[in-house]
Amino acid sequence: MAAILIEIVRRDLLLAVRRSADVATVLIFFVVVASLFPLAGNPDPVVLRNLAPGVLWVSALLACLLSLPRIFAGDYADGSLEQMAIAPQPLSLLVLGKIFAHWLVSALPLVLLAPLLGLQYGLQGEPLLVLVAALLLGTPTLSLIGAIGAALTLGGRGGGALLPVLVLPLYIPVLIFGAGAVVASQAGLEVRAYFLLLGACFLLSLVVAPWATAVALRIALE
Amino acid sequence: MSKLTVEHLACVRGDRLLFKNISFTLDAGELLYVLGDNGAGKSSLLRILCGILIPEQGRVHWGGQDVSKDNEQYRLDSLFISHLNGLKDDLSVSENLRFATYLAGEDNQEVNVNRALDAVKLQAYAHERVGSLSQGQRRRASLARLWISRARLWLLDEPFAALDTASIAILAERLRQHLQAGGMAILTTHQQVDIQAAVVHQLKIA
Repeated sequence: MAAILIEIVRRDLLLAVRRSADVATVLIFFVVVASLFPLAGNPDPVVLRNLAPGVLWVSALLACLLSLPRIFAGDYADGSLEQMAIAPQPLSLLVLGKIFAHWLVSALPLVLLAPLLGLQYGLQGEPLLVLVAALLLGTPTLSLIGAIGAALTLGGRGGGALLPVLVLPLYIPVLIFGAGAVVASQAGLEVRAYFLLLGACFLLSLVVAPWATAVALRIALE
Repeated sequence: MSKLTVEHLACVRGDRLLFKNISFTLDAGELLYVLGDNGAGKSSLLRILCGILIPEQGRVHWGGQDVSKDNEQYRLDSLFISHLNGLKDDLSVSENLRFATYLAGEDNQEVNVNRALDAVKLQAYAHERVGSLSQGQRRRASLARLWISRARLWLLDEPFAALDTASIAILAERLRQHLQAGGMAILTTHQQVDIQAAVVHQLKIA
């Protein structure tokens, strides 16, 4: 069982390497969106520092959203997905592998880039560390929940516009706890509770998302 | 030995009834041609048989077990190649084949992959990306799985489409071997290809 998981992650990573422009697009989008806010508002360092947690989290969320359709769209179009659906292995296991690969390719780079953007916003020391740690714990949940949305909108007309409407409301808890952790850290408060809540979101979506996604994919394939 | 039993199958796509009351059994060594006009529901029938599509009515049994439930044995015993080839444009022919066989729970050793590519005359393209191949070559790359698969029941949707005469002969020969070894095959096709089999059924969907 673990073997097929490794195999599918390897395949998706290989595909991502061969299509590295797609990965770069998401990263550039993240940087651009995060850089727009200081241009549009007051560039005062104090204001920016206060803005940082929310802006960086929302930017990461939008960048993640941008990459979601790619999880299944390619496999759906070329018939790989129906082969997965009739494979002896459980579809939810294959889906879990694909979600993990999506996180590695589309979300992990955002986490790694976040400290740089954080510095731009004047975040330093503990709040910066907390930002990275919160993104590290929160983005897997974004990938997991996003996969359900991507599967539900697969093949349907207007899926592109429907996906954000479907998924963004479900991202709200992660956004609140993730940005909240950074805000609390800036105020010198305890952040443990935020991380516990982020962890709870992750575990809950880890249990529900692969199964729900598999069900949605089967419906899309009919 | 398991056999395929199909009872009173009906299929509805959208608001249209494609077919109803389709029943047949397929035993070891038997071949079934599914014939019918475009849009008659040949592909839908195959998708029902492989368990992707849930029929409106009726049942499909493999060795007495329903195939629509999580039937792992049926998944191992059956192989479905649809009109979509299931190949990734950005992977090479051998990478695609290795993953496809891995997914199907079959032996995906280098030797077997090479042997299969040899059989469909794609050895020279093993490390080419599928995206750079012609339609017929893609089809052959997809069909190469038939030289690795241990599945007893083959469900092939238009296997001869886009193939040249030489490739058709190669595929027909492989089908003959498979049937002779006690395998079963269901094909949809527009071309009448001569395949030697102990029992050949025809099913016409109107």
